Amino acid sequence: MHSLMCTLLLLSPTLVAAQEAITSGDAELDPIFTAYVDGDRTDALTTLAGLDRGDKRALLTGILEGDLVLWKTESRIVRVEKDGRSYTLFDLVSGEELDTVRSRRVSRLKLDNRLRGFLRKLIAGLGLESEDPVERLTAVRALVSEPESIERQRIDALIENESNVDVLAALRAVRARQLVASSDPLEQQAGITALASDLSADSRRAIRDIANAPEDAELAPETREAAALAMVNQQRSVERYRTLETVFFGLSLGSVLVLAAIGLAITFGVMGVINMAHGELIMLGAYCAYFMQLLLPDALGAALMLSLPVAFLCTGAVGIVIERSVIRFLYGRPLETLLATFGISLMLQQLVRTMVSAQNVPVSNPAFMSGTVSFNEVFSLTLNRLYILAFCLVVFTALLILLKRSRFGLEMRAVSQNRSMARAMGVRSSRIDSLTFGLGAGVAGIAGVALSQLTNVGPNLGQAYIVDSFMVVVFGGVGNLWGTLIGGMTLGVANKLLEPWAGAILAKILVLVFLILFIQRRPRGLFPPRGRAAEAH
Amino acid sequence: MHMTTTTETKRSTAFGLASAAIIAGSLSSVAAHAQDDTIKIGVLHSLSGTMAISETTLKDTMLMLIDQQNANGGVLGKQLEAVVVDPASDWPLFAEKARELIEVEGVAVTFGAWTSVSRKSVLPVLEELNSPMFYPVQYEGEESSRNVYYTGAAPNQQAIPAVDYLARDLGVERWVLAGTDYVYPRTTNKILEAYLSAKGVASEDIMINYTPFGHSDWQSIVSEIQSFGSEGKKTAVVSTINGDANVPFYKELGNQGISAEDIPVVAFSVGEEELSGFDTSPLVGHLAAWNYFMSVESDVNDEFIDTWLDFIGDENRVTNDPMEAHYIGFNMWVKAVEKAGTVDADAVADAIIGVSVPNLTGGYSTMMPNHHITKPVLIGEIQDDGQFEIVWETSGLVAGDAWSDYLDSSKNLIASWRAPLSCGNYDVTTGVCSGQNLE
Repeated sequence: MHSLMCTLLLLSPTLVAAQEAITSGDAELDPIFTAYVDGDRTDALTTLAGLDRGDKRALLTGILEGDLVLWKTESRIVRVEKDGRSYTLFDLVSGEELDTVRSRRVSRLKLDNRLRGFLRKLIAGLGLESEDPVERLTAVRALVSEPESIERQRIDALIENESNVDVLAALRAVRARQLVASSDPLEQQAGITALASDLSADSRRAIRDIANAPEDAELAPETREAAALAMVNQQRSVERYRTLETVFFGLSLGSVLVLAAIGLAITFGVMGVINMAHGELIMLGAYCAYFMQLLLPDALGAALMLSLPVAFLCTGAVGIVIERSVIRFLYGRPLETLLATFGISLMLQQLVRTMVSAQNVPVSNPAFMSGTVSFNEVFSLTLNRLYILAFCLVVFTALLILLKRSRFGLEMRAVSQNRSMARAMGVRSSRIDSLTFGLGAGVAGIAGVALSQLTNVGPNLGQAYIVDSFMVVVFGGVGNLWGTLIGGMTLGVANKLLEPWAGAILAKILVLVFLILFIQRRPRGLFPPRGRAAEAH
Repeated sequence: MHMTTTTETKRSTAFGLASAAIIAGSLSSVAAHAQDDTIKIGVLHSLSGTMAISETTLKDTMLMLIDQQNANGGVLGKQLEAVVVDPASDWPLFAEKARELIEVEGVAVTFGAWTSVSRKSVLPVLEELNSPMFYPVQYEGEESSRNVYYTGAAPNQQAIPAVDYLARDLGVERWVLAGTDYVYPRTTNKILEAYLSAKGVASEDIMINYTPFGHSDWQSIVSEIQSFGSEGKKTAVVSTINGDANVPFYKELGNQGISAEDIPVVAFSVGEEELSGFDTSPLVGHLAAWNYFMSVESDVNDEFIDTWLDFIGDENRVTNDPMEAHYIGFNMWVKAVEKAGTVDADAVADAIIGVSVPNLTGGYSTMMPNHHITKPVLIGEIQDDGQFEIVWETSGLVAGDAWSDYLDSSKNLIASWRAPLSCGNYDVTTGVCSGQNLE
């Protein structure tokens, strides 16, 4: 075929890097950095790691983390502290402050994935004899995937002298990998026994390779049998943990659905208002989290905690304004409410676009929300999801108590069940209406804070959740908080159970089809309102 | 939905009616609507709705380029006037707004559209009214219209070089093709799958996964990718995941502890603008393939960035690949108009083929007869400051291929809008030109 790939002989100037000698304030380091910038970076790093100096680990880490940069105008390697686009430069050895420049005056020391991996291994290698058990542990972990890179005597010596339990376990895993690779059947079987309980991908592969080794391989039959048995056991436990993981994924998706829907369960479920602007109230809550982070840039955790009440009050107030200015004139006219609130949702979106930006805004996860709780090599739960699952249950319980145990909850239920009777009993129904709507809106705001930890915060955030929210409320049964909880969790788990074999899109479609069929059978959802309350709806 | 129509008029004092009168005779009926001393330029980018996040920046880029050109004396002695309309991320509205720009406002050229579906929606209007449009975004190819100039990358200018890089430099043997479920990822993945099979990758080493727009719950998919990647062969993800869905995807990768050294992700829709939305420290080392990065070191890029930051008045804004595409497209149009001596669509169409203008990477880009341009291909690794470190680039320029060589349906097709062929869809085996390229 007519390939249009034509190579025009236009070399871009970035390819032609003419470098003069680099200085660093230390004669021993100068040739290394010159080689790094100009020539073979792997060689330069190996040389650096081989030097006999105390700060070589710090230097290597500095290169890895981008703290060492080339000050272009001076051709000098310096250590940098960044503050936005203004960089403060320090001398590499003495730490003396040199200058403060714009970020474009320096260029980072080039690193790519391969080099980064190499560098990490070098640093880890320096850590094997370290005093700090954490450093030793990283060093040993780096060896697990390449057990042949260290002599067995050295590992044995390290095991002999090690006192820390975790490091010891990691060292034993390395030795087990070495034993499996051995040619002595007894050693090999010992290795298999040691690895059988280890579910990491590397170990499983090592065992599988032996079990599935070709017929003509030089292998004792007992070894093959032991490996086959270990493999089956491992596969079984991996299956088990995968199922557990899927259920957790489902519960976590469910908790997001419940959080998004629970405010709507109040405005739509209790009051019967079809609030299309519900998603935008969630979005405003997420923006509250963003603004709190701008106010408290150094305390991300505190900012997140504080943004919960702030978001509740702000979006609650917005909700009350919407109720007082628009919705109260439209009670009993669901179609008009739907259109009016849809209009409000577009206005709120565009308001954020004009006032803040059409771009998504960054909301960072505080340290305690990042990372995983790891139970073993194949089963770990992400912390942010765990927190949100717990948070969802807290919000749910709080709302349940408010509705069932407080005077406001009592009045709210009274008004929704029989407005005229409630008024006859002295309940100010219009005040209860706005407070109820405000509560629903406020809870949407809180949900927004939680969602800001999982997804994009931008003007379109709300649209992604509005349909799901209605789905959950309708499925669970209008007017019932328990229905929302059970409904949301069921939909979440169903979605995640379907996803692995149907794909994300088909899973969504299947859930929707199931929902439509379900509503045909039970139009009032999982937990339909009963008794006299039902007739009021 | 919300619509805004801004008209910015800047009159030249240096060039008055005299120069306008000389050229008036050669103006087409389209331009007859325009004021005598200005040339109108349509800017058709969504300023509201879902796509506003990406397209607003391109509107600002166009206003900046037009300002700059006016400060340098305009074109053909006339000042340029931007006519900005808002198609509100609503695909049919793109066609209506394009018609309004051409018929009512009498624009000489339009710069606009982002998604392929919006381009497809505008296409019939452009062809009916014979008005040119510059389309600045990387796309799936399989199209060449007489009236559209594709200044973004075709698949052979982005996807294929990226896969080559992964296979050759990183030794990748197992591939996850993950995309959002719409035309660009589907076509790109079809091309990539055919390309990988042709290179001898077994089908069990390719996993294809599609997700809906704005997908936010990536737990199962990331876990699936992780187990797909634990088979001992080096695995990479080739991501055509669109816009918003990327942030939760990368967050989930970070949360489940998958680093770029284990399973690198190379993305075709993630640029500086998308990264400015969040903390990139967990993403360091993941890759993107583009034809331009803000971190490119060249004088012309430094100047472009300075002008942009001044124009937008915000030190923290970034530049990205589609902005460069508009920069190239706009300068190509200006050069072609000056060469033709008129803004008439047919004259400009003839003049623009072969026009070369500087791109921001320090070389030149040329308009090819198939209405695609030549570009360098760059692979960058994400850094913790939201910028890209360029780790690889093609040694020369790659010309955009309108019809992919790796798909059976298009491997015999070529496009050339130069006489005597003048066809966007010519089958070299049968010698038939299948007319327009709507399909």
